[in-house]
Amino acid sequence: MKYLNEFRDGDLAQRLSAEIRAAVTRPWAIMEVCGGQTHSILRHGIDQLLPAEVELIHGPGCPVCVTPVSLIDKALAIAATPGVIFCSFGDMLRVPGTREDLFAVKARGADVRVVYSPLDSVRLAKENPDRQVVFFAIGFETTAPANAMAVHQAKRLGLINFSLLVSHVLVPPAIEAILSSPTNRVQAILAAGHVCSVMGYHQYPPLAERYRVPIVVTGFEPLDLLDGIRRAVLQLEAGTHIVENAYPRAVAFAGNRPAQAMLAEVFETCDREWRGIGTIPASGWRLKDEYRRFDAEDRFAGPDFRSVESPHCHSGEVLRGTLKPNQCPAFGTACTPRTPLGATMVSSEGACAAYFHYGRLIDLGTERATCPT
Amino acid sequence: MPDLNPDVWTCPLPLRDYPHIVMGHGGGGKLSTELVEHLFLPAFRNSALAPLGDAAVLPPVAGRLAVTTDCYVVRPLFFPGGCVGDLAVNGTVNDLAMSGATPLYLSAGFILEEGLPLADLGRIVDRMAAAARAAGVAIVCGDTKVVDRGHGDGCYITTAGVGVVPDGVNVGVQQAKPGDAIVVSGPVGNHGIAILSIREGLEFESRIASDTAALNGLVTEMLAACPDLRAMRDPTRGGLAATLNEIAAASHVGIEIDEPAVPVDDEVRAACDLLGLDPLLVANEGKLVVVVPAGLAEKLLATMHRHPLGTRAAIIGTITDRHPNLVVARTAIGGRRVVSTPLGEQLPRIC
Repeated sequence: MKYLNEFRDGDLAQRLSAEIRAAVTRPWAIMEVCGGQTHSILRHGIDQLLPAEVELIHGPGCPVCVTPVSLIDKALAIAATPGVIFCSFGDMLRVPGTREDLFAVKARGADVRVVYSPLDSVRLAKENPDRQVVFFAIGFETTAPANAMAVHQAKRLGLINFSLLVSHVLVPPAIEAILSSPTNRVQAILAAGHVCSVMGYHQYPPLAERYRVPIVVTGFEPLDLLDGIRRAVLQLEAGTHIVENAYPRAVAFAGNRPAQAMLAEVFETCDREWRGIGTIPASGWRLKDEYRRFDAEDRFAGPDFRSVESPHCHSGEVLRGTLKPNQCPAFGTACTPRTPLGATMVSSEGACAAYFHYGRLIDLGTERATCPT
Repeated sequence: MPDLNPDVWTCPLPLRDYPHIVMGHGGGGKLSTELVEHLFLPAFRNSALAPLGDAAVLPPVAGRLAVTTDCYVVRPLFFPGGCVGDLAVNGTVNDLAMSGATPLYLSAGFILEEGLPLADLGRIVDRMAAAARAAGVAIVCGDTKVVDRGHGDGCYITTAGVGVVPDGVNVGVQQAKPGDAIVVSGPVGNHGIAILSIREGLEFESRIASDTAALNGLVTEMLAACPDLRAMRDPTRGGLAATLNEIAAASHVGIEIDEPAVPVDDEVRAACDLLGLDPLLVANEGKLVVVVPAGLAEKLLATMHRHPLGTRAAIIGTITDRHPNLVVARTAIGGRRVVSTPLGEQLPRIC
């Protein structure tokens, strides 16, 4: 694959960093929406290239993190049902429900399989006609088209043993929820490039206008992120609030039309609960009536207990950007990747996991280091 | 080398009656004997194994003995660049080599699943024999058990290895000292990505092959050029990250690596980026990390470059007395991050 090293060039990074330093005159708080961006920032040390005035606030764009605990419990109950093959993206396996995670259910004998594409689970359903195959369809607009395609194919193939446990969430309503919150500190938004590659960015100008925040569609490589931050800072300093596309190699204004058509065929908008945040109106997708028979929630019984979050987990505040992971009292002590209290400590896109793995509990500058594990 | 293609075996005996492993092959009776005589013995043939005694009796050696054992479980059994048989020989040979030992003998224990095609077992044993020859070790004893179908992944292998550490050689993971240089023998991550590329449910097209190889030849050259190697380890499961953290912890030192200096093949880097994996955390089966006094680093590197398994060896970092027990990487764009030990398997990300 080309175009990796090109976007990790150290000299260009320093140049962008210098431009940001030259432009900034006072403190600004910029939110990167996507968990993939958060990880890239911490993995490459992008935050260390920024002037002290620029604060990055980590957004709610980690699909694993915002899947509500009640749905995780439902997934665990379905996975434990005899005869079920439960398919999931790898990230979900270690996310704690009220009592346990999918790894624990698997260890007790459940048939839990990691797949990389929902279409693999359709194939499994075809190959195992005597088993019920359930795919855990979580994620933002990015993963939704493939999930829609899976149901669409299952319907065309007449599969009666395939279903989706759907927990799709949408980015623009979440951004609006954050910007409209009375405690909001976010002054500019780096929109998630991959979501925009599917949906386009035509939803953003009204948001930028209403809340008077610059919104920059931003990619994931170090130079993408630095350029997104630079553009946001330039707008903040100039007092403008327009929508810019800093990721044109992947994102068009209208997005990916065939993918959107597939989404419209299969899904309809619904209210959705976000873990740690609460219910946001019209912030999710569910299967339309024509596809409702593929809904695993209708097909299987849920857990026989009430779902509860750990009272010590502050992931809601982390996801809203009001708390940095290492400001949480449980961070690195009661809550580690080995003993996560919330999903943000588990997922490869979770802000808490990123802080933990890449050592943001350690002040490397003064070398007062201790081992995080 | 005996031909182990079951279609052309000259022996017409009951092995051919059962094209698959049956429970009787592990029962200690005639079927077991036939498996040994017609499959294992011809492949592994050597004077210590030939008498088929309860134990292999070996000649005395000069030096300290090094003993190690490892279990090999891999799915699928065959993968680009090798199979479980290659791993079972090379892995144990490498464990001996990393302690400065010259590997001499291996044992081989097989747990076979009922229904395993004999042809597959033949290929595995064939590859083990070839790997042992390449590494210059003899497989001198073994055992076979068969488990019911559904109770194993086809074939598990355990090998133990015995080697001898020559006088004057003293490598140990606890001996890294501030100022030392860290060298890796070649690009990392190939084995883990090769396995992932063909694992059910995750298949993707790639030309990445496992790097499985016996490193004892390379180590011999390295020790001849620089007898003062401080520490050596092969970064298998957990990848380079786990190995560097082990060295930092065992020696109570800090480690600083220059991330762009770590050799990673473009295809491996691309696959890692697609799957959301860190190449530093991906398994290797034919690479080593060595800590050497800084003044000897260039000489060692030149020696490694002359060996086929070290042509892309590179200095990747240094040992420091700052931040003890911590591995820190300087990233391509000039940032710094901690490289921590992975908790378990890396999980492919969602999007």
